[in-house]
Amino acid sequence: MMHLLEESLTWTNFFIFLFWGVVMLLLILGFVTYAIYFERKVIGWMQLRIGPNRVGPLGLLQSVADVTKLLIKEDTIPRKAERELFILAPVITFIPSFVIIATIPFSDKLFNANLNVGLLYYVALSGISTIGIILGGWASNNKYALLGGMRSAAQMISYEVPLVISVIGVIMLTGSLNLHTIVDQQAGGFWHWYFLPQIIGFIIFVIAGVSELNRTPFDLPEAESELVAGYHVEYSGFRFAFFMLAEYVYVFAVASLITLLFLGGWHAPFGFLDFIPGLIWFLLKFSFIVFFLFWLRATLPRVRVDQLMGFGWKVLLPLALLNIFVTAIYMSIIS
Amino acid sequence: MLRTEELLLNVGPQHPSTHGVFRVIVKLDGEVIREAIPVMGYLHRGTEKLAEDLNYTQIIPYTDRLDYVSAMTNNYVLVNAVEKLMQLEIPERAEFLRVIVMELQRIASHMVWWGTYLLDIGAMSPFLYAFRDREIIINLFNELCGARLTYNYMRVGGVKWDAPEGWIEKVRDFVPYMRGKLKEYDNLVSGNEIFLARIKGIGKYDAATAMAYGLSGANLRCTGIQWDLRKNEPYSIYNRFDFDVPTREGGDCYDRYLLRLEEIVQSLRILEQAVEQFPAGDTMGKVPRVIRPPEGEVYAGIESPRGEIGCYIISRGKQEPYRLKFRRPSFVNLQILPKLLVGETMTNLITILGGIDIVVGEVDA
Repeated sequence: MMHLLEESLTWTNFFIFLFWGVVMLLLILGFVTYAIYFERKVIGWMQLRIGPNRVGPLGLLQSVADVTKLLIKEDTIPRKAERELFILAPVITFIPSFVIIATIPFSDKLFNANLNVGLLYYVALSGISTIGIILGGWASNNKYALLGGMRSAAQMISYEVPLVISVIGVIMLTGSLNLHTIVDQQAGGFWHWYFLPQIIGFIIFVIAGVSELNRTPFDLPEAESELVAGYHVEYSGFRFAFFMLAEYVYVFAVASLITLLFLGGWHAPFGFLDFIPGLIWFLLKFSFIVFFLFWLRATLPRVRVDQLMGFGWKVLLPLALLNIFVTAIYMSIIS
Repeated sequence: MLRTEELLLNVGPQHPSTHGVFRVIVKLDGEVIREAIPVMGYLHRGTEKLAEDLNYTQIIPYTDRLDYVSAMTNNYVLVNAVEKLMQLEIPERAEFLRVIVMELQRIASHMVWWGTYLLDIGAMSPFLYAFRDREIIINLFNELCGARLTYNYMRVGGVKWDAPEGWIEKVRDFVPYMRGKLKEYDNLVSGNEIFLARIKGIGKYDAATAMAYGLSGANLRCTGIQWDLRKNEPYSIYNRFDFDVPTREGGDCYDRYLLRLEEIVQSLRILEQAVEQFPAGDTMGKVPRVIRPPEGEVYAGIESPRGEIGCYIISRGKQEPYRLKFRRPSFVNLQILPKLLVGETMTNLITILGGIDIVVGEVDA
């Protein structure tokens, strides 16, 4: 599909783009549907429960039923809310989450766009979602929502920085922002994967990534025991569904990125396992990361706001900078 | 024109972490609390006033509904006060049954507290683990008296039902089971860095403050004062058992947390001994058909899971009390909340409120 990017935009090309966009959207929706199912099952088992098992065989249609319910709910907008912004907020949150999927390759053949600045594109666009969350929190005209939105802003600023800086080590080693190139340099067994030489970067990226996802233990913006539901306390129906959708699409994106940047993407851990298609390897690693995120949720309590900030600025950021420094020394010694 | 305002926020009465219909009006500066005003009474049912029109046996179900997490100790405080007034002899088997159910109740109550406290702090799983183990106790009570929460088990002069066959053995088996589970709780939570960072040094007060506010239970013992009515003013047959009163010096939420877990251990010790010595005999003493205590006043205080619960009765020699007053530990312990909250963040509000361990049914009576 790459050659299409260089051609002029004709109607045919436009429809090809549109078609693949819709395919991708359906794929993501499918992922989100079953990620929620998977999450509820996994957490259910960890918590001595069964999890969804009523709708459809083994409860497989539970998420479908839930989404349908959300979609057919009455659309309520609080009278004192800032109407335009209230409507706009879920859209602003969702669109970037979907757009960033474009640059993520799933195997060496299967990808949407092979951008040379793929990683930068991801980082730049994913930041926009937070604006939607702040807007939603503010426009709701609800004090809990406002607190949730403000926390979200503070959290995003504190963790976006170490997140980006932790990746710089990988970029230095590969000399590229292209996700394809980054994965290709990790070929040939798991000892070439960057989670080993970039162990600090890897850990920081995972922590900051979890924080970016607003998931336990960093789920402060929607901390239910303090802020009831945080920024989306006034949202219901499909607007609420969009917030949740964006959150799970980010789970998809961050899990993919961790796989690509640190776990060798579609490459097999050992050379003799190469006969298994790359897509399978990608999915395996990806699923493990997703499972890891759900596992965290069932295990950990929530951190406090000030601790979160302190941890971000005083621990993660210096460590990320140190990581760049160490990587630079390592590279100059090698060369 | 740029200006900053204090945010007036109503936490509750419908809020997931106020443990019922309790409300705090907080003035927030950013996320820092400048002033906190607790508002209570949403669950007020006028128990004490209602009691004036009821005979003593009829009051017992009302005590179930005060502190509904710990109904057995509430049952006991009322019947104990009446028995004191009437100077009744209680059969030994009844006293043992009372002690066993009260200690089981203490464990169940602390389990509920542990689970919900962790839920407040953001960890979901401990809640379900705690309720799994509490369920065993609830089932034991169910076998004993046919109710899971509001037992109406004790009577003036004894207990209503004898233990069914095999019940004592089940309690005996429960003790080692619970000891194993406590280790699991410790592994999962007590050493968790995030959890420790959340509760260490939060909601701190010293012994003098605790005394001044009349705190009791773990809220008092966390400041280093060794005060447990089971030891200091033994009631029932507690002086026959060997157990410790754990104390800690720090006075913060972490100390209260550890104390409550330690109290479970001590309750298990009492249970173990009580089950060993469990005697045969009657479960109901010689009580007149109509309970009519002599004229006089009486106060009976016992150690509930939340602190000193007391019952003060003025009798005019009738079937109904002339006046009845409960000293409700949740209510008394809650009074320190506004003092602790000033200068803390919204997040700590939940940590501190949860750490005090209130049951709104008891606060509002």
